[in-house]
Amino acid sequence: MTYVVALVVLPLAVIVLDALRGGITGFLGSIRAPLPWHALKLTLWTAAVMVVVNAIMGTLTAYALVRFEFPGRRALNAIVDLPLAIPTLVTGVMLVMLYGPQGALGGWVLEHGGFRVIFAPPGIVLALLFITYPFIVRSVQPVLVDMDRSSEDAAATLGAGPLTVFRHVTLPAIALPVLSGALLSFARAVGEFGAIVIVAGNIPLHTQTAAVYVLGEVESENRSGSSAMSVVLIGLALVLTLAVDLLHRRAETDEW
Amino acid sequence: MVTSLGADPCLGADGGRPEAFRLRSRRERSAATRCEQASARRRPHVAHWRKWLVVGPVLIYACVLVLAPLSALLVGACSEGLGGLFAAPADPAFLRALWLTVAIGAVVLAVHAASGTVLAWVLVRHQFRGKRWLDAAVNLPFAVSPVVVGYMLFLLFGRSGILSPLAQRLGVQVVFAVPGMVLATLFVTLPFTVRELVPVLRAFGTDQEEAASTLGASGWQTFRSVTLPALRWGLVYGMTLTFARALGEFGAVLVVGGGIEGRTETATLYVYRALDERQYVAAYSAALVLGLMSLLLVAATELLKHRTPRAEE
Repeated sequence: MTYVVALVVLPLAVIVLDALRGGITGFLGSIRAPLPWHALKLTLWTAAVMVVVNAIMGTLTAYALVRFEFPGRRALNAIVDLPLAIPTLVTGVMLVMLYGPQGALGGWVLEHGGFRVIFAPPGIVLALLFITYPFIVRSVQPVLVDMDRSSEDAAATLGAGPLTVFRHVTLPAIALPVLSGALLSFARAVGEFGAIVIVAGNIPLHTQTAAVYVLGEVESENRSGSSAMSVVLIGLALVLTLAVDLLHRRAETDEW
Repeated sequence: MVTSLGADPCLGADGGRPEAFRLRSRRERSAATRCEQASARRRPHVAHWRKWLVVGPVLIYACVLVLAPLSALLVGACSEGLGGLFAAPADPAFLRALWLTVAIGAVVLAVHAASGTVLAWVLVRHQFRGKRWLDAAVNLPFAVSPVVVGYMLFLLFGRSGILSPLAQRLGVQVVFAVPGMVLATLFVTLPFTVRELVPVLRAFGTDQEEAASTLGASGWQTFRSVTLPALRWGLVYGMTLTFARALGEFGAVLVVGGGIEGRTETATLYVYRALDERQYVAAYSAALVLGLMSLLLVAATELLKHRTPRAEE
């Protein structure tokens, strides 16, 4: 208990105190300045886009892994775990090599799609998708495995089409794990740094995310800026962690 | 049922419709029947096109998202000939950085093996006020940005930090030094062993422990010869994840360590500096080495997962 308090709670308390030294108005002032405000908005909307895509593809991946036999199933299962192990910085390097201006796909996208991936928001979303791919899959998969399939079969017997069965029987059962996986990936995305600093560069008012902003302020020794943004990030992390925790508790008490 | 794509008779063009049976040779028919029986056991009425409607996009997504960047890294590191692959491993600065990374990882591993077991034990076997908060606090490092973690340590132990007098009295420099980087990595990897052990411990139950203590075993004896063997694989699995995370930690060690070449430069910081100095081949090959180490770790964990009795698959 003391160990956790020393390792986790004490540092958090110090940073909150530091951010509030200038009072609430000082704190709000350092957040509402154009640079940090833009960084925060960019962080939140890229994370939101990621969550939507990831929720769909992650759920489909879990469904495919549990319900179907197909060649490459075990390989796919291993691929899902890869992003957990690969250092995020390496992820960033990989994406730059593939989608960068000189990369295999980057030139093609620029020519045909007319937009840049790297050093632009799409790169951030891609990096976040890569990093958070396992979260929703691993949250949904065990629930699908444990799920009683008789209600699905009953619905199908009663004439429901596969889409109807999925929407009315399967989806309600996995809604909570999808949600908790989504929140987890959102939390991870908001704090992500290593991949983004490589993929997005550090262009203020364009590709500078909240975590990268904190680094910049630490390096230029602007304590009020870095402390205020850190507190926002910690607050988000805290709220999201508690929400995930709450969902897990709900999942344990509800029986499906 | 893992066969290569073309050779799977279950995926015939006709989708396995029974009417097509008459037109088949006996050999084909028996293969088809075997498939039909196999899929009947799994799912009687899932048509194959429907299955591939789900599986196809998923496979394409996984390949584009994960495998394509991975192969791009491999190709990029080889772009200046195979010699480029060994650019980083031949650089003494990289070897020093890698050594520092592994050393920090080893210390973190030792601390978390012990503290993670104790924490999981406390969380599962004891009821106390504030348990929920402890539970949440253990998960928090997972969500807090690593840059913020580094910055917190910076505030605690920096020039005017509240803990810097203590560090000075102990004679350790924390900020811009290895101890700070160890602390940062400890923080970031806190959840991994605990989260692995909690479900194992919960599933294990208390029956065998109670039996042992009824037979006169002391608390420590019970723990060592009953509980610990049950936890063994979960512990190994959690520690692999911890080490993989420690290997790849970047933001926190950058802020607290400063990335001073030769002193506080870890392997990830080496990649960052090499990119900054436009030494791309060195950066790519160093990234590849790091990536490969992680791949080996994943392969190891996959193997272990099959040996642990967990209801994941």
